[in-house]
Amino acid sequence: MERLSNLFTKILLIIFFIGIYNSAYSEENKTKFIKNNWSFEGVFGTFDRSALQRGYQVYQEVCSGCHSVQHLSYRNLSEKGGPEFTLNEAKAIAAQFEITDGPNEDGEMFTRSGRLSDKFVNPFPNVKAAAAANGGAYPPDMSVLAKARKGGADYIYSLLMGYEEAPAGYDLDDGVYYNKYMPGYKIKMAEPISDGVVVYNDGTDATKAQISKDIATFLVWTADPHLESRHRMGFKVFFYLIVFLTLVYFSKQKVWARFNSKHEEEEEVFDKAERVVTEYEGEDPKTFK
Amino acid sequence: MSEEKYIPNSKIAKWFDDRLPLLSLSHHLKEYPTPKNLNYWWTFGGILTFCLITQIVTGIILAMHYVAHTEHAFASIEHIMRDVNYGWLIRYVHSNGASMFFLAVYIHIFRGLYFGSYKSPREMIWITGLVIYLLMMATAFMGYVLPWGQMSFWGATVITNLFSAIPLIGESITGWLWGGFSVDNPTLNRFYSLHYLLPFLIFGLVVLHVWSLHIPGNNNPVGIDVKKGTNETMPFHPYMVMKDLLALLTFLLIFFGFVFFLPDFLGHPDNYIPADPLVTPAHIVPEWYLLPFYAILRAIPSKLGGVIFMFASIFVLVGLPWLDGSKVRSATFRPIYRKFFWVLVVIVILLGYLGAKPPEGIYLILARIATAYYFFHFLILLPLLGRYEKTDPLPMSISDPVLDKPGIIDKFKEMAGKYEGENVGTFK
Amino acid sequence: MSKDIKPKRRDFLFTATYTIGAVGLGVAIWPLVDQMNPDSSVKALSTTEVDVSNVVPGKTITVLWRGKPIFIRRRTKKEIDEAAQVDLKDLKDPEKDSDRAKNPEWLVMVGVCTHLGCVPLGNKGEYKAWFCPCHGSHYDTSGRIRKGPAPKNLEIPNYEFVNSNTIKIG
Repeated sequence: MERLSNLFTKILLIIFFIGIYNSAYSEENKTKFIKNNWSFEGVFGTFDRSALQRGYQVYQEVCSGCHSVQHLSYRNLSEKGGPEFTLNEAKAIAAQFEITDGPNEDGEMFTRSGRLSDKFVNPFPNVKAAAAANGGAYPPDMSVLAKARKGGADYIYSLLMGYEEAPAGYDLDDGVYYNKYMPGYKIKMAEPISDGVVVYNDGTDATKAQISKDIATFLVWTADPHLESRHRMGFKVFFYLIVFLTLVYFSKQKVWARFNSKHEEEEEVFDKAERVVTEYEGEDPKTFK
Repeated sequence: MSEEKYIPNSKIAKWFDDRLPLLSLSHHLKEYPTPKNLNYWWTFGGILTFCLITQIVTGIILAMHYVAHTEHAFASIEHIMRDVNYGWLIRYVHSNGASMFFLAVYIHIFRGLYFGSYKSPREMIWITGLVIYLLMMATAFMGYVLPWGQMSFWGATVITNLFSAIPLIGESITGWLWGGFSVDNPTLNRFYSLHYLLPFLIFGLVVLHVWSLHIPGNNNPVGIDVKKGTNETMPFHPYMVMKDLLALLTFLLIFFGFVFFLPDFLGHPDNYIPADPLVTPAHIVPEWYLLPFYAILRAIPSKLGGVIFMFASIFVLVGLPWLDGSKVRSATFRPIYRKFFWVLVVIVILLGYLGAKPPEGIYLILARIATAYYFFHFLILLPLLGRYEKTDPLPMSISDPVLDKPGIIDKFKEMAGKYEGENVGTFK
Repeated sequence: MSKDIKPKRRDFLFTATYTIGAVGLGVAIWPLVDQMNPDSSVKALSTTEVDVSNVVPGKTITVLWRGKPIFIRRRTKKEIDEAAQVDLKDLKDPEKDSDRAKNPEWLVMVGVCTHLGCVPLGNKGEYKAWFCPCHGSHYDTSGRIRKGPAPKNLEIPNYEFVNSNTIKIG
């Protein structure tokens, strides 16, 4: 049995490591992502609040012209586990935007300023309009983008940092750019991030790397707003399971003690003796030495 | 069974049990004689029951919030993940629970293959088990369509298209499945309905599965029949209940490891992209637990052939009790079968790996070899082994392997010395 | 070996195991129950703001709040006086009009009959205010039950004027 467990374990470990190895690379390109330290990585990961707030600013000023985050609500900006703007700050952010509402008593649609309960406004009324305004390529909604791409934050960061001149002889149409992190190497989004493209409200130096890191962090939060409570709960669950498992282990040993005791062994020895004797000797077991 | 009959401890209990013997049933389940030498590979039945109940409970809850319409399905799941209290937890338990369900069922099946649990008189346990497995795959396939991501849509398209390979009636069947001219809203709705239904059919089959187990009783690692009413068996409660609980808690460590720390690891990122009938993903892959079948499907050059071989890979298992004619049950005493068992394990894992790779070049060649080997194992190798394998000598009882430990003879002599003069028959 | 000591130690272990197990089960069940409570998107809609700049005296508008109709009426002087002069002894559910409408010009009520939940019709009934056609309950210009089977006056929700044109309800 132990031999089986060892072999099985070995096979599982091999599969596990193959999986891990594969995840360090982008899908087909086999280009390794640019390394970064993410505050939310690992089992102890949490979000850096100021990074999330800066990331929101980047989204608002750079990305929101083309990319929607339609599953996000303005109230999420003030909820726990996110950028944690104050309630009033979030209200003010929402109020900046015009929301179409209605129909009113006259049967007409009207616009009003945004509220906490509203979803983030879309830059375009529908997918086709978005694609038409962007050379036929639909700028994807970014609500779950970080989960929709292999590599998550690493992919997003690498893509934003990874624009470069196409290699010699590489043919690019108008409005198509070269990026070695994009599957197929061609992307229709012009390089969106450069040094100083935003001026951070909190005064942080807005380098391309900083901006890319902040927007990637923000997008991981939009995709996974409950990350922190998930990790916290995970710890409590594991702690509980270890404690309970230990208790059950000792309870099980106690319950099974009868069958593992010496008395049992003696009984088994005698059962065997009886069988051997009656099968082979037919002699009085008393005389058996 | 040789266990004692249930004696009601009150008049009400007797009145009730005479009319609906639930108390007798409960007593039987508690006292059910279980071989004392079962190892931890036997705990997976209990683990699977837990998985089924977990999936049903979390599934019913998700159904309170999910909307089965192409326009709203993806958004309703985001609503569950973001707004519903603990929605993210219930969703991740359900999606990772499906993977854990299959992990446990594969271990459970391979346990059966190793220890000969499918052999007479346990053929019906094996067959009901295979029906459960088929229903599990159908349920999981339809469940995966519900989020209406890219993999949901395209996986559904690929698999439903397979039915068109059936000669004459194939196209009609496919259109009937779709409820239209392609996978679309009618398809989504009927998959939702059936995804909700099938687990209850599975539950009913599990009842039949356990019932057909309780007739002959459990197999055991040695593969020798236990003598009931002796100390070779122990009552299920508390011994096996505690052991199953311990195994379950260990299993939960792995399960919750995924749920809380790697919740999307076993899934595919493309399923977080809303379904688009106009854009096909670069590689369409099912969830990991369906990959071996996917590999077999794509290994065969013909469309109909692929479908036939894919289903055949399961149906060949139905014939296993008759294909493997070895009189020896457990691989513990079948030295050659044992080695081929592990080869089969590697082959199946290899098929799984290949199922995720594009079916070309070396991957395709290996998939064909592995598929051929799979059928060779069941259709040729096992019948041959059954007839010609020289098996190890079997012990006389399940206690014997324990007693074949060094020093037992000395102990035996010591005991004989201690009790000399007394009639052995008086010892209980 | 003393039989007295052994059971105690064994019992403690089992008792501890059962207890920890029960606690775990309870904690695990809570999310399954709590998920049916209003989710955060529903809770975010628990207040609504209404623009009343177009509501002239004598006009009633109906808005939806938490899935229920809210009557917002800008009362005429005549209606206000009528409501204030009613003797509390004549009321099945005595309530002063000034308690119901802090700003007497504005009446804000949940438009759900307190009998069995139908929506009363406006400008109807013996009191020239609201009348519920389902079982014949009559409400007065303060929304109080005067005649019919309804037990209580029309409910007044929490509301406030955030500015002279906007009422926030809830």
